[in-house]
Amino acid sequence: MARPLTADDLPLPAPAPTSGDVAEAGGWVRGRRWWRRFARNRGAVFGLAVFVAVVLMAVFAGVLAPYDPLTQGVGPANEAPTWKHWAGTDSFGRDMLSRIIYGARIALVVGIMSVLLAMIVGVTLGLVAGYYGGWVDVVIMRVMDGLFAFPIIILAIAMMAVMGFGVKNVIIAVAVGFVAPFARVTRADVLAVKEEPYIEAARLAGVARPAIIARHVLPNVLAPIIVQAALRVSGAIITESGLSFLGLGPPPPTPVWGSMIAEGRNFIVMAPHVSTIPGIALMVTIVGLNLLGDGLRDTLDPRLRR
Amino acid sequence: MLRFLLSRVGQTVAVLVTVSVIIFALMRLIPGDPILMMLGDDFTEEAYQKLRAKLGFDRSIVVQYLIWLQAILRGDLGDSYLNHELVSRLVWDAFLPTLSLVVASMIVGILVAVPSGIVAAMRKDSAWDWGSMGFAIFVYSMPSFWKGIVLIWIFSVHLRWFPAMGYVAPWEDFWGGLWRLALPAVTLGTFFSGLVARIIRSSLLEVLDLDYIKAARARGVRRAALVYRHALANALIPVVTIIGLQFGTLLGGAVLTETVFGIPGMGRLTVAAILNRDYAVVQGAILLGVFAVVIVNLAVDLTYAFLNPRIRVA
Amino acid sequence: MSDPVLEVRDLVVEFRSENGPLRAVDHVSFSVDRGEIVGLVGESGAGKTLTSEAILGLIRCPPGRVAGEVRFRKHNLLTLDERTLADIRGKEIAMIFQNPGASLNPVFRVGDQLVETMALHLLDGRKTLGRRAVEILAKVGIPSAAARIRDYPHQFSGGMAQRVMIGMGVSCLPSLLIADEPTTALDVTIQAQVLALIRQLAREMGMAVLLVSHDLGIISQMCHRVIVMYAGRIVEEASIAGIFQAPAHPYTRALIACLPGLDGDGRLGAIPGVMPGLTALPTGCRFHPRCALADRRCEVDEPVLRPAGPQQIAACHLVGA
Repeated sequence: MARPLTADDLPLPAPAPTSGDVAEAGGWVRGRRWWRRFARNRGAVFGLAVFVAVVLMAVFAGVLAPYDPLTQGVGPANEAPTWKHWAGTDSFGRDMLSRIIYGARIALVVGIMSVLLAMIVGVTLGLVAGYYGGWVDVVIMRVMDGLFAFPIIILAIAMMAVMGFGVKNVIIAVAVGFVAPFARVTRADVLAVKEEPYIEAARLAGVARPAIIARHVLPNVLAPIIVQAALRVSGAIITESGLSFLGLGPPPPTPVWGSMIAEGRNFIVMAPHVSTIPGIALMVTIVGLNLLGDGLRDTLDPRLRR
Repeated sequence: MLRFLLSRVGQTVAVLVTVSVIIFALMRLIPGDPILMMLGDDFTEEAYQKLRAKLGFDRSIVVQYLIWLQAILRGDLGDSYLNHELVSRLVWDAFLPTLSLVVASMIVGILVAVPSGIVAAMRKDSAWDWGSMGFAIFVYSMPSFWKGIVLIWIFSVHLRWFPAMGYVAPWEDFWGGLWRLALPAVTLGTFFSGLVARIIRSSLLEVLDLDYIKAARARGVRRAALVYRHALANALIPVVTIIGLQFGTLLGGAVLTETVFGIPGMGRLTVAAILNRDYAVVQGAILLGVFAVVIVNLAVDLTYAFLNPRIRVA
Repeated sequence: MSDPVLEVRDLVVEFRSENGPLRAVDHVSFSVDRGEIVGLVGESGAGKTLTSEAILGLIRCPPGRVAGEVRFRKHNLLTLDERTLADIRGKEIAMIFQNPGASLNPVFRVGDQLVETMALHLLDGRKTLGRRAVEILAKVGIPSAAARIRDYPHQFSGGMAQRVMIGMGVSCLPSLLIADEPTTALDVTIQAQVLALIRQLAREMGMAVLLVSHDLGIISQMCHRVIVMYAGRIVEEASIAGIFQAPAHPYTRALIACLPGLDGDGRLGAIPGVMPGLTALPTGCRFHPRCALADRRCEVDEPVLRPAGPQQIAACHLVGA
């Protein structure tokens, strides 16, 4: 008799929609569709391209770099960019381009490792605090509040004072600053998920609490955590560069963008490229990562969309 | 409202206690004998024993913490072993320049961000929108220390409009102080504005979609009043909170900016102290810095409670 | 004889989408006479709210597009510029919405919002308006009006807030009040009070009311005339007696059958199926997939509104003449 109605025949919601997509049904869709939405955000795609480029630079530094980054005197000191040295040379006669390429390694390693470390610790704390509640929650969150009160770079400086310099310590120092945000975000989401029926069902079925947390709670709070992680990597890299700039990072002659910028300060008048070019590399990386993080957030969490 | 106040103050005290414990623990974790470090070059056996007893090193760690806390609360932050000055004096003298930089940066940032965010929201998806938000992301992503160097290169070295270094307190010489603070404030302030502009934009867009704006429009309220009175009054409330909470981030940024511009603030003091192993100074600086952040956060919360009628008039 | 305050002719409301323009309101025409209470009834998504919002130009265009005519006192409201329209809104035509708590600005005092509305349209000074505001609050049934004037919206319950909205709506003595689901968000007991208030004010002020609702029960208590909408179109229009005694369109009949009665076996009726979304409108009569009486012709031909009784029109092939 009639064409059967399907669930897609949803009525139009009353207020005027903000985008051209009137036909899109409520909530977000898991699976393949988010790729397409991500791809439409040109800024995010650019950010992804930058990220991939930096990763490639870091991984294939040995192949890409024309000179050894530590060898001094491969060219005259403080020479502006030429065909032999695309980014010029620094005050020790080292090739800037090679140092910048190798610098990507430290930036990425510190950025990603510190965020990963912070994520593991912070998410665990957030899960425990959120799910168990009670005084465990109170204690953990008070400590997080205390950590949160420290501006990240100040906390990192304090940690460096305690631990000494070196890449490993930088990673830990930066990670400590990011634990609190991860814990907070996780806990907030856990509190919301905790009330969901399927958690209740698992509990009634007798599943042990750690198992519930691992198998049921965690996957559902993962999306915002990943967004947080993506957004924080840029902050971690900035913090690490700041530490290196202050002289508290990996010791020379390790090629690190932050310390390269600091070194170049003395020659800002005669040889501005020594400070400027590593800064551009740093800035492009940060812009790319920020755009990527924003794009991921916009794609995965439509509540926060523009 | 009163309940809100009390709970917030209570929370602040808890946070301050936690912070003090963290700092105490950090200081104790520094490898080496803390008493030796505190005495530095003034080491004598007698002084060592006296200091040891005074700080309670022969008793439990909890007692040591309490003794330490008591001294802090009295305002006694110890001596800098380098120049034998009171740490409290050193730190306070360094705090004021940092504070003036942070305040100046906030002002610059707000002056740039507010119009930028509002325009972007009002002309959503236009060239204005993409342009100002693109600019916001751009300045927000630039590391402040590098931005400072670039600004020095352009404005001090080439254009010679502003000095590259130096600091004069604005309360001693208003215009001279401001002139010297200009470049550093722009450096830190534009970073701040990048963050705030985007938040103003999204907050305003969110509010403009709400029912009461439509209802006000249905009552005949005109566009200008709708945006600048009805919408902004609501949209700016969370923004004020966020601005206040950025005080900590700005303080961190100031540490770096000071180094670039040679401002004798907390940043320079702390870094020099670390490199010189003058840990009493490091501890004092961090204490004061974090204390300031926590107090500002409390003030922000109270301001929010005042601005939001739902809390103010329970 | 009839003295229309509002005449809507061929109103069309469309939205841009990936699949082309979606028409949420499809050539709707009706009128509201002076002093009349007209009900606009239909399920969620039928287009009734959009119709009411289009009258006052509240729909954001783009992505929306509004066409047709809305005649009010020799103006076509759809062609007016925003300034002139703002003069009419709140003064000649007022509108109240479904969620009263959300329709008031949370950071301004209720009295200030009332005074603001009046100050926009009336010439009196602030002091006079302040006193008038208190009078209005008292008139709509808010106890301790003089004190409540200084309260914030969150301090009012849903029913009280809707009274405030009604007060704001009538404060400038409009000729027409558009009420979009005014009681849907309220308790049943409060509903009756609010509706009584609207009826009373309408009578006292000679004000016309366009009452939009999905609840036929409310419509039956309040309206002189009823317009039934389905999937963006008007399917029936009649006097209140006509609709309930002799509903012509199968959809109207089904709606009435769904009303729970005091007698009966206690089971709630339902209309099978779901109203079609705009991207999947059926061919022919839009209601035919859910209509028990549909035949071949209904699948193919779209029915037009034709007389179905005294002062009654319906869009159905099965309606006589």
